[in-house]
Amino acid sequence: MTTVTTTSWEMVVGLEVHCELATATKLFCSCRNAFGDEPNTNVCPVCLGLPGSLPVVNRHAVELAMRVGLALHCSVEPSIFHRKNYFYPDMPKDYQVSQYDEPLNVGGWLDLPDGSRVGVTRAHMEEDTGKTTHVGGGGGRIHGADHSLVDYNRAGVPLVEIVSEPDIRSAEAAKAYVNELRAILVAIGASDARMEEGSLRIDANISLRPAGTDALGTRAEIKNLNSVRSLGRALEYEVRRQTLRLEAGEVVVQETRHWNEDEGRTSSMRSKEEAYDYRYFPEPDLVPLAPSEEWLAGVRAGLPVLPADRRVALGGAAGVPATDASVATVVQQGLDGLVAAAIEAGADGRLALNRAANELAHRTAPDVAAFTQVLRMEGDGRLTATQAKAVLAELVASGGDPEAIAAAKGYEALEGDVVAAAVDAAIAGNPGEWERYAGGEAKLAGFFVGKVMAATKGKADGKAVTALLRERLGAS
Amino acid sequence: MSLISRDDVAHVARLARLGVTEEELDRFAEQLAAVLEHAADLATLDTAGVPPTAHPFSLVNVLRDDVVGRSLDRDEVLAMAPAVEDGRFRVPRILGDAP
Amino acid sequence: MSAIEIARDVRAGSRSARDVVEEHLATIAGREAELHAFNLVLADSALAQADEVDRRVAAGEDPGPLAGVPVALKDNLCTRGVPTTCSSRMLEGWRPPYDATVVTRLREAGAVVVGKTNMDEFAMGSSTENSAFGPTRNPHDTSRVPGGSSGGSAAAVAAGFAALALGSDTGGSIRQPAALCGVVGVKPTYGLVSRYGLVAFASSLDQIGPLAGSVADAALALEVIAGHDRADSTSIPHAAPTLSGLLERGVDGLRIGVVRELVEGIDPDVGTRLSKAAAALEAAGAKVDEASVPAVTVGLSAYYVLATAEASSNLARYDGVRYGLRVDGDDVGAMYGATRAAGFGAEVKRRIMLGTYALSAGYYDAYYGQAQRVRTLILADFEAAYGSYDLLLAPTAPTTAFALGAKTADPLAMYLSDVCTIPSNMAGHPAISVPYGRGDDGLPVGVQLLAPALGEATMFRAAAALERSLVP
Repeated sequence: MTTVTTTSWEMVVGLEVHCELATATKLFCSCRNAFGDEPNTNVCPVCLGLPGSLPVVNRHAVELAMRVGLALHCSVEPSIFHRKNYFYPDMPKDYQVSQYDEPLNVGGWLDLPDGSRVGVTRAHMEEDTGKTTHVGGGGGRIHGADHSLVDYNRAGVPLVEIVSEPDIRSAEAAKAYVNELRAILVAIGASDARMEEGSLRIDANISLRPAGTDALGTRAEIKNLNSVRSLGRALEYEVRRQTLRLEAGEVVVQETRHWNEDEGRTSSMRSKEEAYDYRYFPEPDLVPLAPSEEWLAGVRAGLPVLPADRRVALGGAAGVPATDASVATVVQQGLDGLVAAAIEAGADGRLALNRAANELAHRTAPDVAAFTQVLRMEGDGRLTATQAKAVLAELVASGGDPEAIAAAKGYEALEGDVVAAAVDAAIAGNPGEWERYAGGEAKLAGFFVGKVMAATKGKADGKAVTALLRERLGAS
Repeated sequence: MSLISRDDVAHVARLARLGVTEEELDRFAEQLAAVLEHAADLATLDTAGVPPTAHPFSLVNVLRDDVVGRSLDRDEVLAMAPAVEDGRFRVPRILGDAP
Repeated sequence: MSAIEIARDVRAGSRSARDVVEEHLATIAGREAELHAFNLVLADSALAQADEVDRRVAAGEDPGPLAGVPVALKDNLCTRGVPTTCSSRMLEGWRPPYDATVVTRLREAGAVVVGKTNMDEFAMGSSTENSAFGPTRNPHDTSRVPGGSSGGSAAAVAAGFAALALGSDTGGSIRQPAALCGVVGVKPTYGLVSRYGLVAFASSLDQIGPLAGSVADAALALEVIAGHDRADSTSIPHAAPTLSGLLERGVDGLRIGVVRELVEGIDPDVGTRLSKAAAALEAAGAKVDEASVPAVTVGLSAYYVLATAEASSNLARYDGVRYGLRVDGDDVGAMYGATRAAGFGAEVKRRIMLGTYALSAGYYDAYYGQAQRVRTLILADFEAAYGSYDLLLAPTAPTTAFALGAKTADPLAMYLSDVCTIPSNMAGHPAISVPYGRGDDGLPVGVQLLAPALGEATMFRAAAALERSLVP
């Protein structure tokens, strides 16, 4: 009897990310674009869709949208707005002004820290909807609610929808993509991209296919992902769910599924008989956008150095691959300037990267001179690794001068013979342990290091002690 | 073009969120079919190679400055509303998520 | 009295605005019950506005070019704090929190708003019989329709209720009622007059325009309301045209083409008056010939697809959530269905469904896409025609005013009354209907002058000449 082997499945993921642009006013009117104001206080005839109102496009929103496109290496095209028609209480006009088959930005990509590239199909402009809160169901959920309340402050806020190619192959990569996208959006000043405030929202499309094949499987769309962590968990859940179905010979249904954070699973949303018919047609109240060459060049020239470029620069300066994990961390923490300056001042690249990534992350950075000094002291052997980390910790907590801090902590460079004397004393004072160590119990090296550390009040360099022990071994 | 059927009318009425009675369905189907039959000349017209005109004249890049202006007074806004609760527009329960 | 005369006298101080307004209110009181031109007469606020005009005159301030002129506004023009119903149950009692741009401009020019006029519901119709509040009657024969959808505005001017009125024209809704009521009606170049505050029917076709007792009055009104508006993205970046000074220039040397395709199948009454108009223009020095604009024959179908498609989307917002009528339901979906069933009349529902159908999956290209391409053809044919002619001449409506109820059973028959006016909307070109005598049935006939985009000056010149040729 032949054994049935289960197929090795590959996950194929595409992400749709909506980000709110950091403009002062909404996309089509001059109401304030602000989070957290009293409901329905930032509304006007236009964003309420009152009869007779008309939209007028916000220039700065277009500028920011172009920045997003260019930062993602898209081609910025002449574009038009379309109406996407559907009914929902958070929609003042019961159509959303968006872009359809002539969007602003097409055909770009971004590189993840690990060096892999994810394609960006498009990044188009559209207006945001209002916000509904549901009353009477459990936990504010729509299911079982008695009625709902609508606040239109958010209606009309400018959004860019960024659609990736289905190039993502793991939950980790998906999370990395979102983090990288966020970093780019913040770096270019297009959005503050905060998921907890709703200025960044993610929908995921995931399908499976047999590893090594090309055809795309049926995908499920996952909504209600409120954090990067949720994204990862939801994708992992979906892989398991879809695998089970496929291995049982069932089909994956093309549908929208809702991620339930508490239960840790997705569930099918109210099913629709057919794909929604949005009846897209060109928005007749607006005219096309055709950014001039000058405008485009100006936006391009104004782009700051992007995270990927910073990683390349830092890797080059430190003499390590740009895809090194510590490089990613240092750039992500905004410490690359510090590290590069330290390297410029003579610090060892790898050491500078490691110390910055591990000791300075999520903390206030010391100034360049101080950081470089600590690295130099460690590099010279005047500070052990442990001591260097302690000095950095002190610098970060309360500032100061590295030499002074080291002196205050009693970190003096020990003369080599002081250490040697301490080693000999430890050996002499513990003959039984020495015999066992010499007999082959290598673990006892730690015992002797401990003795030497105690005798020198922690100032000895562990590595040097171990080296001396071996030396004495050889001699005996 | 073919006649618009009763089912077609029911479908578009649903898309347009127009509640229609059975009797209206029949009547509208007949009337709309007549209009569409008359519009059949549209379908037969050869427009190969003719680009569409969305607007009678071509303006581009009509844009405004990103400067905060006056919003409506909330009381004015809510005074128009059929139902209000907590400074927000109140609606009956919503059965599905947004499409 | 004409608007020009009123403004002149009020500005000069030889007549008070209050006097003028009181007189018009009296006229209204005399016949409004019979005609139902208005959804709402604004007697008190009109008198208050008149007093303000008089105060300015007395204080030596400039009261504006339309000082004291009573104006009637179609009820789809937003007037702040004043009900703007579009003659629909859906918006019955709804008070906009803002003024349409044209309303602001009229007020600043010193005009006095005497009322909001009746119309076909949401501007959909050619007879004002689709009003949810009852039809308006033609002042010349109250058993007949005034035309539509700006029937109330046309009747108001014809009956002397107001010296000027504003209407909206999407497929002829200013010009056709103007013709049926014997007044001047103008559809300006698309984008010349701001649409901000006009409740939308079909966005790429709608235009606001004046109805008046004379070409000169209409010119003055257009000068006041036209010109770029930043609140409307489709507004042409031009100032208002200068027209008033040019009206006496005559038509010497102008080449005028009578549009052959629009003359076919019209009423003999209308045909006779059109021929007389052509002859008059020739006598006045124009060269008048037959012109051909073939695409206008498909224009009607294309229009009804485009207009209803845009309308189906523009009218989606009437859902009972934020303003207007709400009929409650168990859930939001039920509320939508019940509200829209109760709030809209049959014609509006028909057009919403037609438009939804034309945009729906599988039909977009055959209907909407095709209609947009036909629009290109119409523009091309007009361009070709204007290569040989400065202006085109055509009937405004294929018949004189028909009887109330004559066409209500057959929506298609009603749509066919728009055949002469629709091409200008499709092309975005200006057109004016000038009253040109009466048919044998004693009813007013209007003739239409069409011009290329931004050709208002030439168009008004010829219209004035046509008007002069009527003086017995």
